[in-house]
Amino acid sequence: MAKVRLVQGNEACAMGALKAGASFYAGYPITPSTEIAEHMAEMMPACGARFIQMEDEIASAGAIIGASAAGAKAFTATSGPGFSLMQELVGYAAITEIPVVFVDVQRMGPSTGLPTLSSQGDIQQARWGSHGDHSIIAIAPNSVMETYYQTIKAFNLAEKYRTPVIFLLDEEIGHLRERFEVDENEEIEIINREKPTCAPEDYVPFENVAGGVPPMASFGEGYRYHFTGLTHNEKGFYSSALPVVDKFNRRLVDKIEKNVKDIFECEELFVDDCDVLLIAYGSVARSAQEAMNELREAGVKVGLFRPITIWPIDEERIKAACAGKKAVIVPEMNLGQYAREVERIVAGSVPVKKLCRVDSELVIPEEIIDMVKEVLK
Amino acid sequence: MKPIYQEYFRNNLPHIWCAGCGNGIVMSAWARAMDELKLDKNNVIGVSGIGCSSRITGYLDLNTLHTAHGRALPFAQGAKMARPDMDVFVFSGDGDCAAIGGNHFIHACRRNMDMTLIVINNNIYGMTGGQFSPLTPFGKKATTAPYGSVDPSFNLCELAIGAGASFVARGDIYHAKQLTDLIVAGYKHKGFSVIEVIASCPISYGRRNKIPNPADMMQYVKDHTVAKAVAEKMTPEQLEDKYITGILHEAQGREYTEEYAKLCERVQGGDK
Ligand SMILES: Cc1ncc(C[n+]2csc(CCOP(=O)(O)OP(=O)(O)O)c2C)c(N)n1
Ligand code: SF4
Repeated sequence: MAKVRLVQGNEACAMGALKAGASFYAGYPITPSTEIAEHMAEMMPACGARFIQMEDEIASAGAIIGASAAGAKAFTATSGPGFSLMQELVGYAAITEIPVVFVDVQRMGPSTGLPTLSSQGDIQQARWGSHGDHSIIAIAPNSVMETYYQTIKAFNLAEKYRTPVIFLLDEEIGHLRERFEVDENEEIEIINREKPTCAPEDYVPFENVAGGVPPMASFGEGYRYHFTGLTHNEKGFYSSALPVVDKFNRRLVDKIEKNVKDIFECEELFVDDCDVLLIAYGSVARSAQEAMNELREAGVKVGLFRPITIWPIDEERIKAACAGKKAVIVPEMNLGQYAREVERIVAGSVPVKKLCRVDSELVIPEEIIDMVKEVLK
Repeated sequence: MKPIYQEYFRNNLPHIWCAGCGNGIVMSAWARAMDELKLDKNNVIGVSGIGCSSRITGYLDLNTLHTAHGRALPFAQGAKMARPDMDVFVFSGDGDCAAIGGNHFIHACRRNMDMTLIVINNNIYGMTGGQFSPLTPFGKKATTAPYGSVDPSFNLCELAIGAGASFVARGDIYHAKQLTDLIVAGYKHKGFSVIEVIASCPISYGRRNKIPNPADMMQYVKDHTVAKAVAEKMTPEQLEDKYITGILHEAQGREYTEEYAKLCERVQGGDK
């Protein structure tokens, strides 16, 4: 039975990780993510899972990838400065297709910025922070309950697609305490990486399989093979042969992008019945929903499209949602990092308005209401 | 009986190394150690960073991770935490370990997780064509020190001892049999074992420092290494440009994964 409690977003993330089967955590303390490390340090030993505090964020990223190669479900949590340090190894996890989850509780940047205050400034870093073409999955929940369930989903997607998944909380959600009503014994689908069933000598660890995700053996299971951050052939060894490189790079991207319908999740409220569409995610989506409710009460037709999956984007879905609207407003706590995606997708067919705050305060409903009134003038 | 290289190397030779490179000697010394230890390859993890030396893992018939520059040790510690029952060997270069990976190195020494680190010290950044490393001796030439390096160098073994490694040894590629023995001893030691290997890069180091011939490089290694017992009878002046080889430090320390397992037991027993 679900008991009702007051739980913080970061704690819900820790609980979700354990529910998903996380068996390894490595991290380096940084506000506003530290509570996740503290919860893991407290809870993991009781279930035989392993916790380690590393010397920095690069080491943390390395440790989780190493642990995952050895069969653990592994994750770390950090914030902007630490997430920036991890980027080389985000790319390593992508190219070696080792499943891991990076939690980034966003704070105001750049650099040390405003450590204790909120931001959504890492939306594009989550996508493009590591060099080279690759794809990525990123998720941004808007409540404490959703943080719990989406953390589980983050692990599931990492395992299913053999990819790093970026879990983007904003400080507002990470530090929010609110009603939490979850039965921790509830049956939830938990996905584990698909294992090879063939004999070790027949195993092709990076095979170009249909669907793009080859089965993954863990260390110690009798399939001795090689991981490298060098571009590699299907056997896992360095290759610079043009067709191999091309095929490999495309598979890395395609295995995510071509499965966008399976990965992408969003919430749509009155999207078909509105003149002005709000597109918002994370904590700002709560303000957007509040603004929508107030405006609809006053007879103004406003809808909300809330991406829960930030990357990859289901572009068809956004295009359809925006079609024929008088305007689309994208409120966010950055200078238009998601709005630029919307602009690109609608390609001038609908006016896209940015509503940006970078003073560390949450965009409030009144600001959104004012902008809706403005665009309807 | 199969030759050792067929037993412990993958079927993907030739390797990438230049003729006369010391890396192959280290790789075969390791294989001989494996042969002596008779480890189950399925239960062994090989981890390396980036550099010529770090390419070793590609050739070893183990569970292998060729990671990012300087980061082999964090990956190795994560893997060891996940599978404390598995054996871990880490291969690194002098740049990989002492420069970009220096912070990870001292912390790995401090944690004392049971694994064996082999640092192939060729005194140079070989892969990128010969820039100086933190282990390039003072005054030696490199592409980024064309007039001789004014950068002081680390004594890696002393650094390891100071940071808490419980087994520290130095070997070299001339004394290959001794190197195998050191790797065996390092493996048998419970805790973090560091083995620095004085190696050679005739191409990126030798050519610039008037020892371009691999045979001369070997002679150079022989002339600049002194066994610990012999060194004890030498003066500091005589030892100035020498590397002391052998087991330099051995102590019993708390092993990290064992301590963590005990902690889990304590917590699970309700005793916090
Ligand atoms: C983050 C990063 N910085 C720099 C490099 C370039 N790089 C590759 S290998 C290397 C030096 C390797 O030297 P060492 O570890 O001594 O190994 P060796 O090649 O001599 O065996 C450098 C600087 C890199 N690959 N990654
Ligand atoms: S450059 Fe030096 S270290 Fe690299 S393979 Fe050639 S000889 Fe060996």
